[in-house]
Amino acid sequence: MLAKIHVTLKNGVLDPQGKAVNSALNDLGFKEVRNVQIGKYMEVLLDGVSESEAQKRVKEMCDKLLANTVIETYRFTLDSSKK
Amino acid sequence: MVKAHGLTPDEYRRILDLLGRAPNLTELGIFSVMWSEHCSYKSSRPLLKTLPTEGPRVLQGPGENAGIVDIGGGMAAVFKIESHNHPSFIEPHQGAATGVGGILRDIFTMGARPVALLDSLRFGDLSEPRTRYLLNGVVDGISSYGNCVGVPTVGGEIYFDSCYNGNILVNVFCLGLIKADKIFRGNAAGVGNAVIYVGSKTGRDGIHGASLLASSEFDETTEEKRPTVQVGDPFTEKLLLEACLEIMKHDWVVGVQDMGAAGLTSSSFEMAGRAGTGVELDLSKVPLREEGMTPYEILLSESQERMLFVVRQGHEADALAVFKKWDLNAAVIGRVTEGHSVKILHAGEIAAQLPVSAVVDGALALQRPSQRPQYLDSITELDLTGLKTPERGDEALKKLLAAPNIAGKRWVYEQYDHMVRLNTLILPGSDASVIRVPGAQKALAISADCNSRYCYLDPYQGAQIAVAECCRNVVCAGGEPIGVTNCLNFGSPERPEIMWQFEQAVLGMGDACRFLEIPIVSGNVSFYNETKGEAIFPTPTIAVVGLLEDQKRHCVQWFQKPGDLVALAGFSMEELGGSEYLKLTFDSCRGPVPNLDLPQEKKVQRFCLRSIREGLVSSAHDCSEGGLAVALAESCFTGPRLLGARIEMESTLRSDALMFGETQSRVLISFPRENKEALETLAREGGVEFSVLGSVEGERLTVRIDGEDYIEQDVRVLKKIWDESLERYGR
Amino acid sequence: MKCGVVVFPGSNCDHDCYHVLKHVFGFDTRWIWHKDEDLGGLDLAVLPGGFSYGDYLRPGAIAKFSPIMKAVARHARDGGKVLGICNGFQILVEAGLLPGALMRNRSQKFVCKNAYVRVENADTPFTSECGGKRVMKVPIAHADGNYFIDPDDLGRITDNGQVVLRYCTPDGEVSEAANPNGSVQNIAGVVNEKKNVLGMMPHPERCSDPLWPDLDGQLIFKSLLHCA
Repeated sequence: MLAKIHVTLKNGVLDPQGKAVNSALNDLGFKEVRNVQIGKYMEVLLDGVSESEAQKRVKEMCDKLLANTVIETYRFTLDSSKK
Repeated sequence: MVKAHGLTPDEYRRILDLLGRAPNLTELGIFSVMWSEHCSYKSSRPLLKTLPTEGPRVLQGPGENAGIVDIGGGMAAVFKIESHNHPSFIEPHQGAATGVGGILRDIFTMGARPVALLDSLRFGDLSEPRTRYLLNGVVDGISSYGNCVGVPTVGGEIYFDSCYNGNILVNVFCLGLIKADKIFRGNAAGVGNAVIYVGSKTGRDGIHGASLLASSEFDETTEEKRPTVQVGDPFTEKLLLEACLEIMKHDWVVGVQDMGAAGLTSSSFEMAGRAGTGVELDLSKVPLREEGMTPYEILLSESQERMLFVVRQGHEADALAVFKKWDLNAAVIGRVTEGHSVKILHAGEIAAQLPVSAVVDGALALQRPSQRPQYLDSITELDLTGLKTPERGDEALKKLLAAPNIAGKRWVYEQYDHMVRLNTLILPGSDASVIRVPGAQKALAISADCNSRYCYLDPYQGAQIAVAECCRNVVCAGGEPIGVTNCLNFGSPERPEIMWQFEQAVLGMGDACRFLEIPIVSGNVSFYNETKGEAIFPTPTIAVVGLLEDQKRHCVQWFQKPGDLVALAGFSMEELGGSEYLKLTFDSCRGPVPNLDLPQEKKVQRFCLRSIREGLVSSAHDCSEGGLAVALAESCFTGPRLLGARIEMESTLRSDALMFGETQSRVLISFPRENKEALETLAREGGVEFSVLGSVEGERLTVRIDGEDYIEQDVRVLKKIWDESLERYGR
Repeated sequence: MKCGVVVFPGSNCDHDCYHVLKHVFGFDTRWIWHKDEDLGGLDLAVLPGGFSYGDYLRPGAIAKFSPIMKAVARHARDGGKVLGICNGFQILVEAGLLPGALMRNRSQKFVCKNAYVRVENADTPFTSECGGKRVMKVPIAHADGNYFIDPDDLGRITDNGQVVLRYCTPDGEVSEAANPNGSVQNIAGVVNEKKNVLGMMPHPERCSDPLWPDLDGQLIFKSLLHCA
């Protein structure tokens, strides 16, 4: 089971990196760019767990370590075709 | 197949002769890396042998991971400078970062704690977007690696010139401290002793990095070589550093070597070579990061942060316990054997078996042809009459202060932790950095220098000036030069013109070091810094270490007190050839480089050192790029307090040559009025011309020549120009 | 005063803290290894600067699970003093022993230079010698010192006097220009509710040894001595 996890900054938390990339894209002529959010993408390969267990365990991993919930939010998907 | 390994038909025939059989693919790979220019120094060795490498303080000269110089009190300074040019051009962040990692390992491999880093960087024209990308990437890479490991980056130099558009230079210097009787060397001595692998796991990164990337010039396919660039892990390096220093407290550690260029291959062969022993390795025991790696890949991988230890038989478990404490991968992967060959086993079979001497000493020393380049015929003369002298110097001074080669480097060094470990007595921004020796009264001054424009115009004289100026910088901080390391960056040695530049530079460097009586104890050669036949300016970077017996007697370049007098030690000549002023004002890079009179240089340095040691001066600043005017301006505004100066001079020289010319062997000093006589006496005794130019006062820099105003500026304005110029290119 | 300096893998200001506590102030100081499980009767635990676990994932995110951190939390709960400097501050917020979070600097770059901070609350064991809105010149050296806290919590910690240090000009003016990293309201250091745990980004140990002219960092250690 492969958990694909996206961690991004919460709404309202300034993302200086996103802001810098936003203005760089605008400078390059991509005038349509209105907002850039930069986050982290992680892949966690799990062994011997069911989908519902994995749901629970990955959520725990995110809350405990993978995201800092003071500033970050996360979402993830599970891909059971990978092992 | 042979050609793909970068070996010539002659070299392949030599391999057949030495072995008496054809090598297998793995063995061919081993020869390929060990006989590469980068590892074997085959083009440079004959000339390097002419350099002075001995002296009463030398504990270790060239040939080991780093050089070592005795500093008294049972302590020694360990240092080396090394290039990471080619990888940094391809991937600036990782290239520079792993450059820092490599030189750190060279230092702590000898048992020393690294205490300071310097970087000598060369980039192309800043108006090119690619240059800005490279500058930002390199600075970021150095910052991320050095800061994390916790070794302060305390200074260095950065120059820009379009000759580096296709080949940047990243030379990293590291200084370490060691107890003089606790030096470790790369020795695989003692039959039966264990060979232990420690550090990051081995992956497929960097295979043939040194042999193919750093031993050939760049062309259209260079971008595709990107996968061979290694990725650094400074966290593992920090653990490796602490674990190594901990394990080296034990007497059962026999030898140690970093797995740098050519990885496991060079470390095992070189350690056996130095000890006159053999080594047997079982590659199935090597910690691997990827599955299915072949012996060829394992042996040639340049994965970073790995070391090879030889530990006395029976202490394997003790060694592994230390590495486990630091959460490092470690494994016994082989033994020291009788005989004089390296035998490589993999999955129960012999993957390679080669005589050590054939691999380590077998490479042919090449006597490459050399020829004076034609370009020199047309650029060594300079007719000053054709150059209009401006009436006032204000605009030229401002232009020079804003020039990236002279402008302040705060934007760069603020990204480096330059204070960690509480040893940095002089923060970046003075002529040399000064590092205290913990637990002693002593300190060490360090500086890296090279004006490659001079070296392009006259490689012999240019290299001499690099040595002289670097020593002068160290002297201005109060240090007595005690050792040199060099990093020789040149184009392709296969071109006779480049070999001539190399030959001249090595001769000049050797002559200057012999005259100034300082040994060259370590170094590195980087050839093939050229793209599509366009070589960089010859750049023999010099780094000098100087000793201060009393750490409190260090000196800075900036003025300290209003009322102090300002004087010049040495005298100015009408020299504008090769100067930054000539380049900026007349867009000309030509002319005879400044003269260097070594006896005069020595006298000025002695005078300067003595007056600092006797506590007579408040500041001392070397006059280099931008000449006396820039030295004056920097003395006014680089300190914590902005101070002006009022200068009155009389001269028969062109005023621009007087103020912006780059005559050598000159030091600008300031001192309390009551020390004037003492200094004049010292100068007279030392045979040094000494002229009082004016005094430190107010907040303006005023220079009058023969009674006429020449420069009249608010020091704050000058500082702003100098300080903010470079950050425009930051991202 | 009995002090301990916690060594995490990747700590690199540990020697500096040890040197200042032991050799400059003469405190009874020892090393604490991150795999240890108790602090053995210390008065002060110092979490030094550096890059624990390489700052991988987020600074402090992995170090907070070191065995020693349970002991640090107990020590703090029982009123023992904890000083987290730079990476130590990052570990303390990740571990929930201090409020807020430390994000990437606004400039995206590591910054090492002298900064000025104003002491906002002298009524803590760490700042008792810094009354009268004392301004201190203290070096900073970090890439992730951008203090964030949501507006509700900000109001609460401000009212409680938990904001102890703010970046300011040399004259003590708290202004945007004096903010080196984008921290909300220029916050450079905070304490917990009980005021026995301080986290600060500036490095007081870098300006405490009399070999250098700047000695403002001594005020923090003198305050601790005064309270002990």
